[in-house]
Amino acid sequence: MRRHTPLGLITPAAIGVAFLGIPLVAVIAKAPWSDVPGLLWSADARTALRLSLECSGGALLLSLLVGVPLAWVLARVDFPGKSALRSLIMVPLVLPPVVGGVALLLAFGRHGLLPLHIAFTTWAAIAAEAFVALPFLVLAVEGALLSLEPQYEEVAATLGHGAFATFWRVTVPLIAPALAAGSALAWARALGEFGATVTFAGSLPGTTQTLPSDIYLELETSPNKAIALSVVLLFVSVLVLFALRGRWRVSR
Amino acid sequence: MTVLEADVTGQRGEFTIRAQLSASAGDVIALVGPNGAGKSTLLRLVAGLVPVGGWVRIDGADVTTQPPERRPVGWVPQQGALFPHLTAVDNVAFGIGGRRARSRSMHWLEQLGIADLATRKPAQLSGGQAQKVALARALARQPRVLLLDEPLAALDAVGRTDVRRTLRAHLSAFDGVTIAVTHDAVDVATIADRIIAVDGGRVVQDDPVADAMRRPRTRWLASMLGSNACHGHVRDGGVDVDGGGRLVAPDIPPNDGTEVLVVFAPQAVTLHSRPPEGSARNAWRVVVRDLVDAGGRVRVDADGSPGVVAEVTPAAVAELGLHEGSVVWVSVKATELTVVPL
Repeated sequence: MRRHTPLGLITPAAIGVAFLGIPLVAVIAKAPWSDVPGLLWSADARTALRLSLECSGGALLLSLLVGVPLAWVLARVDFPGKSALRSLIMVPLVLPPVVGGVALLLAFGRHGLLPLHIAFTTWAAIAAEAFVALPFLVLAVEGALLSLEPQYEEVAATLGHGAFATFWRVTVPLIAPALAAGSALAWARALGEFGATVTFAGSLPGTTQTLPSDIYLELETSPNKAIALSVVLLFVSVLVLFALRGRWRVSR
Repeated sequence: MTVLEADVTGQRGEFTIRAQLSASAGDVIALVGPNGAGKSTLLRLVAGLVPVGGWVRIDGADVTTQPPERRPVGWVPQQGALFPHLTAVDNVAFGIGGRRARSRSMHWLEQLGIADLATRKPAQLSGGQAQKVALARALARQPRVLLLDEPLAALDAVGRTDVRRTLRAHLSAFDGVTIAVTHDAVDVATIADRIIAVDGGRVVQDDPVADAMRRPRTRWLASMLGSNACHGHVRDGGVDVDGGGRLVAPDIPPNDGTEVLVVFAPQAVTLHSRPPEGSARNAWRVVVRDLVDAGGRVRVDADGSPGVVAEVTPAAVAELGLHEGSVVWVSVKATELTVVPL
């Protein structure tokens, strides 16, 4: 028996699809395609592109360096306050990025709790991007660690390897797919980061002006360039989604 | 020489496991017991993979506080747990280390007759092949205690026979202690020389295999293990049993001289007061040694060539007037016999 599909559900669902889809189509439709190569090749666009790649790459590296061990601790070590720590790590997922930027400023700015004097430098841009990207990596890696059969690590121990060697030689290779998926997500999130970066690092061309802040500023003065740069970011997002193809499941 | 001595307690879910073990060089112990009895946990306690109470000594050295990587213990979990990202030879080399790790690993693969699989990844191995690689990986470290967790459980009939033969060959040459968890009476009889039965976290029996098979001390053990198992050699389409007697069965290996184990259940044995007539070709005379109640049935332990354990109804005991010292005839249908080539 085929069930009748209620129009009362189909209609809002279709509106939802249109709401998500039309803006994407609009970017493609409105892009000044003949001018796009020239616009992207201009000196300041290239600077913003290069800086974006550097900062997002740095943010990914930073996230990997602390995020993978953090995921391991969450998945393998029992300690009081673990669920509170997990919630803390999730904060950047729901926190408004601009608030994240303010918080970073108050923590590591000139008059911050830990004055590192990195505010409004490239390091600040990297830190701001890592701040928002980290939870994606931790979530993906922790999920993979939890679903990994413990016997591989146990066997490695009986074969003479300590916890650290086991982690590198057994655990990391076994969770490589999730690690790659988490990295792709974290990198994409870092690449698109705007609010926290602008707040903590500003928008100085060549130093902290990454693609998103460049787009935001160009929209006033040369909208075509803003659209061309938006096409680039849209294209990268689609590529990342394609590369993941459902790989990203924070599942047990 | 005593290799392994342990008096351990550990938690498994809700109940506590408490076991004392002592084993000498060359011992091959079958660890048996119902599901959830604590067999795997006992292996993990010896390997140091779970927190242990009490103590474990190997070759006289106290290893209780040593982590697994510092104990001379090899552990092969169910289905081998080969590292899926490494080839067979790299799996073995993983446990060795050093410059000659690969060549020494090849040596071990050759020992187990699987050198041709060296470059395969675990996904390209059959269950039996994977089990052999896992065994090579554990043996290559030359452990003093080898722990096998149901090494044959996940295999099909062909793989089972193959791996069983490999285990038999290599465990008898291994001068440490082997403890193998198993659920199968044939595996016990072919591989082990000693049985430790656990139930509810306690050791309930620790005896040589032959003794435990004839006189299992718990009902569970009786039904799992209480089989008859006779060693012998093939001759003229039958089996000459070591110590006298001859048995015939449908699927006897073709080559004379093949060493075999003939296994049959006590329930398959029929008792008669006179030499049986008719189709049963496996019939011989025995002397009753012992009668034991086995939950509504009676286990009859009898000496003869070969000795046999039968399980019959109390009515049959009364009808035959069985008592210790009675002389009776036993018969077993040929189709009830399982012949295992060794």
